[in-house]
Amino acid sequence: MSWETVVGLEVHVQLATRSKMFCGCAAIFGEEPNTNVCPVCLGLPGALPVPNAEAVRLGVRAALALGCTIHGTSIFSRKNYFYPDLPKGYQISQFDRPLATGGQLRIVSPERGEMAVGITRLHLEEDAGKLLHDRFPGMTAVDLNRAGIPLAEIVSEPDMRSPAEARAYLTAMKQVLLYAGISDCSMEQGSLRVDANVSVRRVGETELGTKTEIKNLNSFANVERALEAERDRQIQVLESGGRVTQVTMLYDAAVGQARPMRSKEASHDYRYFPEPDLPPLVLAPVWVEQERAALPELPDAKRVRLGQSYGLSDYDTGVLSSEVALADYFELVVGAGADPKTAANWVMSEVMTGYNETGVFAVQPGRLAALIRLVADGTVSLQAAKKVYLELQGEDDPRVVAKRLGLIQVRDPGALEAWVDEVIAACPAEVTRFRGGEEKLLGFLVGQVMKRSQGKADPKGVQPVLLRRLRG
Amino acid sequence: MSVREIATEVGQKLEAASGLNATLHWSAGDLRHQAEVVEAMGRSALGGMPVAVKDNIATLGTPTTCGSRILEGYESPFEATVIRRLREAGALIAAKTNLDEFAMGSSTEHSAFGRVLHPIDPARVPGGSSGGSAALVAAGVVPAALGSETGGSVRQPASFCGVVGVKPSYGAVSRYGLVAFGSSLDCVSVFGRTVDDAARVLHTISGHDPLDATSLDRPPVAMPMGRKNFSGLTIGLPEEYFPSDLDSGVRAATDRAVAAIRDLGGKVVPVSLPHSRFAVPTYYIIAPAEASANLARYDGVRYGPSRPDTAVDLRGLYRQTRGRGFGPEVRRRILTGTYVLSSGYYDAYYGKAQRMRSAIAADFQGVFAGGVDLLFTPTTPSTAFKAGEKTDDPVAMYLADIFVCAVNLAGLPGVSVAIGRSEGLPVGGQFIAPYLEDTLMLEAAGVLERNLPATEEVR
Repeated sequence: MSWETVVGLEVHVQLATRSKMFCGCAAIFGEEPNTNVCPVCLGLPGALPVPNAEAVRLGVRAALALGCTIHGTSIFSRKNYFYPDLPKGYQISQFDRPLATGGQLRIVSPERGEMAVGITRLHLEEDAGKLLHDRFPGMTAVDLNRAGIPLAEIVSEPDMRSPAEARAYLTAMKQVLLYAGISDCSMEQGSLRVDANVSVRRVGETELGTKTEIKNLNSFANVERALEAERDRQIQVLESGGRVTQVTMLYDAAVGQARPMRSKEASHDYRYFPEPDLPPLVLAPVWVEQERAALPELPDAKRVRLGQSYGLSDYDTGVLSSEVALADYFELVVGAGADPKTAANWVMSEVMTGYNETGVFAVQPGRLAALIRLVADGTVSLQAAKKVYLELQGEDDPRVVAKRLGLIQVRDPGALEAWVDEVIAACPAEVTRFRGGEEKLLGFLVGQVMKRSQGKADPKGVQPVLLRRLRG
Repeated sequence: MSVREIATEVGQKLEAASGLNATLHWSAGDLRHQAEVVEAMGRSALGGMPVAVKDNIATLGTPTTCGSRILEGYESPFEATVIRRLREAGALIAAKTNLDEFAMGSSTEHSAFGRVLHPIDPARVPGGSSGGSAALVAAGVVPAALGSETGGSVRQPASFCGVVGVKPSYGAVSRYGLVAFGSSLDCVSVFGRTVDDAARVLHTISGHDPLDATSLDRPPVAMPMGRKNFSGLTIGLPEEYFPSDLDSGVRAATDRAVAAIRDLGGKVVPVSLPHSRFAVPTYYIIAPAEASANLARYDGVRYGPSRPDTAVDLRGLYRQTRGRGFGPEVRRRILTGTYVLSSGYYDAYYGKAQRMRSAIAADFQGVFAGGVDLLFTPTTPSTAFKAGEKTDDPVAMYLADIFVCAVNLAGLPGVSVAIGRSEGLPVGGQFIAPYLEDTLMLEAAGVLERNLPATEEVR
């Protein structure tokens, strides 16, 4: 009997604010330890938190982008536990009254195609600091630069049925968050973190199996790998008659396995209660609607619109909308007069290669459109245009560059006839065979003309001249 | 008198009063320096008025210990908003005063640095937890002092010591720099030799502070205008605050005060606040719950003494720092608070206490909505008790706050003013006002202050 895998994900995303969640310290990655700290984020006696309005705005924006219901009143709570990276001994989070609930994210599942994954909730919280175990021999140091950085925690429904679907969810989530300007979503810098919950059950079973939670996942690929390994482990346990126990596990990327945390690390009673230092977070409906109206076009809508407006395939719209910048660039090229399908092909090949390497677009959209027109009207060949593209810089006119590189196609009948005559003279055997009825040799002869012209002859012009000479 | 002369005099008085053990930190040099700064300011609102400050309010230049070993020697790198405002108004921060550890207590016997003596009878307690501030004002060392209230910690010692104690509406005064105990209850509060002294300080320190998210966006508490009588005011006497077993001296003093209110044109009516009898148990769930989180930061990792034995693990560091750094009353409350918030007990304790808190507040709202302008009650059920009398019986100690702590739960303003003496010891009467009617309450306290011989024996 086969097994079904059930996955739910918790995503912690750092909100792209200039300052921390409850104080004015800079929210920057990679500074010297304990330089972006103040009495508030150090938890000094008498210091008090004040919410960062921009963090609230970004949280609301993220929730709106995920189609959540924003709650007019939400409440900050204290999550209590002792750890040296937690200066106050509690984390300010949201518990039973989160900022938003009940959204969905559309993803493309490798197994099931387009589908929606439910978003259970989105809440705001502050980050903890960081323990440095390798800075001083035999000692652990505490860096509190990260303490108090604003986070949104986004919890999904257990709607995913495979590790690959989980990865597709993360890819789609990152896309939405980047589109909406919520976060830079860098897993390397810790601005996007994932905890995965996984269980298995017999196909057809409606009750959920016992789940385990996997932490310390530092890439989307590792999420998928860790889930595969944990799924396999659970199935093995169940097939050999055992029971899965609910534990929290830490993924070790080096060995590709998750190990259970010690029960002491995992068994917290967080004793949540409403944070008395902060009044309930009350959002005016008018303001929420303004934020909704200000949302940029999101990946899904963009995909649909690109398909409808430009007649592109699902594959093309998927690639073009993978990043806002790519889609924007594509639309500018089309706006400058290029044929949409041709423009899409250019953007998905030459343009993307360069952009992925350098992070910038080397050629202005208007110049690329002009280059595409040169190909369309036969001024340069596609081959030649790709050479021109690599040489284009700044304000360069593609036609001028093509001319400089000697890539303008020759259509002058006199010049073409001269090359044709040279080829006819140089290849007497092939000419005789052609005239004897071996018509497939025409291609070879055209190629010879192109070669003799060093690629400059217009292939469309060469053929009629050649035929005329061969048959005349 | 020049500010320098004031500073010299208050230094001499502090020296002379040192037997009370009311102060934790002060120095003549610091006072002299402050006086120079104030003189350089020219004219100022408080013109060198010496104000003593409870040692759970952060000050620059002197330690802020909260009367606890766990913060012994700790100096705050920032100053409380109330202190900044006092300095800007030309006050002298005369001394940091002794208190029950982390403001947890009703007698100032729970300080790690020894108990504070009652200025009239050294065998007795000055009340608490702001006992050091109360004793300094009562002893005539300073005209005013800051304390803090979570459950009556200024009004109760004000009553025991025969001075004025004002607890403002929650949110009227910034808590930024007040070391947290029960954040939803904590209020910086004021002692004064007179209502006017207390009002001047309250006016100076109140008003909106962007550093405290619970601070109200309102102007400072206005000064009372010296109302002559109670005419046009309806004063409610809540029956639950005049129980049959009330100390006879306290009863005699309050009877005399009520008669005075009537004589001065007040309309006195009986009212009922039926849920107030649950105020002490409710308070002793909510305040410890919040305290258990607020005091979690004292873990020996970042500041404060951390002297673990060698080779302990993380839990050992926590256990030793906190086990050795906190006194028994603080430990008791952290344990209580942790218990009432734990999974499985939350609804039965903390959840229920929150609902009771709402019911207690609703009682007050109902009475005030029904045409009562102010309430009048005794501040405490007895006069100052003897040191050691209640230290072995926490519940008896907690009941010393039975008439004061409902006000904190409801977030209302309350004031205690001396209304007579019983067997030589001061008796305090309390006015309670509707939310944000702090000034009306101070007017009423002023009328009583001017019309009652407060240092006279009532029997």
